[in-house]
Amino acid sequence: MSAAVEDGLEGAGRRSFALPIDSVWWNGLLAAGTWFLAAALTYGLPDVITWGATELFALVILVGAGIFLALSFTVYRLGSVGRTLVHYGPWFIVLGLWLAIWEVVTAKLGWLPKPFFSPPQGLLHVYVTDWDRLLICIAYTGRLWGLGFFSGVLVGFAAGVALGWSKRFAYWGMPLLKLIGPVPASAWIPCTFFIFPTTFHASIFLVALASGIPVAILTASGVGQVNRSYYDVARTLGADNRFLVLKVAIPASLPNVFVGLFMGLYYSFAVLVVAEMLGAKFGLGWYLQFNTAYSAYANVYAALIIMSLICAGLVRLLFVVRDRLLNWQKGIL
Amino acid sequence: MSLALAKTGSSASIALDVEGVSHRYGLDGKELQVLDNVSLAIEPGEFVALLGPSGCGKSTLLRLAAGLETPTAGKVLEDGRPITAPNPDRILVFQDPTLFPLRTVRANVATGLEARGIIREREHRIGEVLKLVKLESFADFYPHQLSGGMAQRAALARALVNDPKLLLLDEPFGKLDSLTRLRMQNELLDLWKNAGFTALLVTHDVEEALLLADRVVVLSDRPASIVAEVRVGQPHPRRRDDADLVALRRSLLEKLGISDDV
Repeated sequence: MSAAVEDGLEGAGRRSFALPIDSVWWNGLLAAGTWFLAAALTYGLPDVITWGATELFALVILVGAGIFLALSFTVYRLGSVGRTLVHYGPWFIVLGLWLAIWEVVTAKLGWLPKPFFSPPQGLLHVYVTDWDRLLICIAYTGRLWGLGFFSGVLVGFAAGVALGWSKRFAYWGMPLLKLIGPVPASAWIPCTFFIFPTTFHASIFLVALASGIPVAILTASGVGQVNRSYYDVARTLGADNRFLVLKVAIPASLPNVFVGLFMGLYYSFAVLVVAEMLGAKFGLGWYLQFNTAYSAYANVYAALIIMSLICAGLVRLLFVVRDRLLNWQKGIL
Repeated sequence: MSLALAKTGSSASIALDVEGVSHRYGLDGKELQVLDNVSLAIEPGEFVALLGPSGCGKSTLLRLAAGLETPTAGKVLEDGRPITAPNPDRILVFQDPTLFPLRTVRANVATGLEARGIIREREHRIGEVLKLVKLESFADFYPHQLSGGMAQRAALARALVNDPKLLLLDEPFGKLDSLTRLRMQNELLDLWKNAGFTALLVTHDVEEALLLADRVVVLSDRPASIVAEVRVGQPHPRRRDDADLVALRRSLLEKLGISDDV
């Protein structure tokens, strides 16, 4: 008993003494260090290859280093945001190092030459000089992707439910789906030109196809895999076919449907470039091709980063929707 | 027995008649016979246990009574009318609770009312039934948050909310731990006494059959036919060390091909 009290007192004493050191986020300090290093190298060493935006990039990185420095002493007071930042601490350190090395081997030493490689300052230069065109491209791509993805998912889901539920649908539909599934999107271009009135419609079709097929396949297998006893239970409780489909089969297949949605999301992004080959005037896919043709690879990389950020954001959003819908985050009693 | 007879004539239960029923399943082109000329008359309000080795076709008999399948030969009748389709008057409770995973306990219990479009008129029944199975404080839980016993009670509530006239129980306590099983057996008995439905319980637990049923029907190995019928006269609650029950248990085990010294 007394030992415990002593222990507690000693512990408390140590804690109050150690408080200033405990509340420092050491990884944050290290991150500030690596980011400052990147800023110093960028600003201090001369450019072997001209990329532009040298000072601006150094400044941005320096501001980043300053933010990490400030966070090092405040992050533990920021609640859940702070915890997330702390979790990614090692990443921030490595990111700073990576930026420094990347700068040195491209702009500063020229080991990785223009135009095939671009230093981070080159990407920043693209964002600073070409931001208006990039924004328009994002909007165009957003429209194409939104129309294509959602119509594809809608049709794919409906087809998947029909295929999984009805034996006759499955008999005719599954072989077709399996044949169509692996065909690359670009192979459809000749047909789509003939079938659709405008190239924009053809592009939507390609995106819809890429996102709809995995959703259809996964939904069909999800509905097909529903434990038969759920149907038996529902039938003895007085359910008709409509109830079985809407209230039993579809909810039970949702985990599979979401796998299909994730796959469809990735495929739809991969196919954007092909879809925007079809006479598009703007769009991220178009931007990639246009700049590839001019060997402006910095612009290509800059656009690619935007695309992957958007895709990652959408995937994250889909995860949130799934967890909400399927109660996957609720604890087990 | 007297208890069951006292309830005869109430509209809360039905008579189930199985007349010369044989049933086959087609499996990979081969026919598998599971029931062989089974005849069984169950009075309204009676509690009958079907006892037999596993895989003998007991569950098939329940599926026929539920109307999930129609027999290859013979007739299954409720109050003299042939059973052709499932009906919420005859509800089957499985060994697994098979609760719908995305529905809360309350929504699971409401399934039958919802499917029949009478949820508005009968919504009050949900709370009553949940109280009956002692789950009223778990109404908003999801199935994966329940213990095995709670899940099975929820499944029972999902059946009872429809006021079934015939409750078909397919080894409902088979997967529960022994303490929970004893408790659930007593609860089932209370529910049966109060609600007055006809109960047909499939089990391979001789003791369970003797503790609960008015009548125990012993089935043979596949294809199942009736080997013996035993009436259990003792009033409830029954003691498992009752001398008559012990004697009955021995004779039932012998009929199932297991001698006492094993």
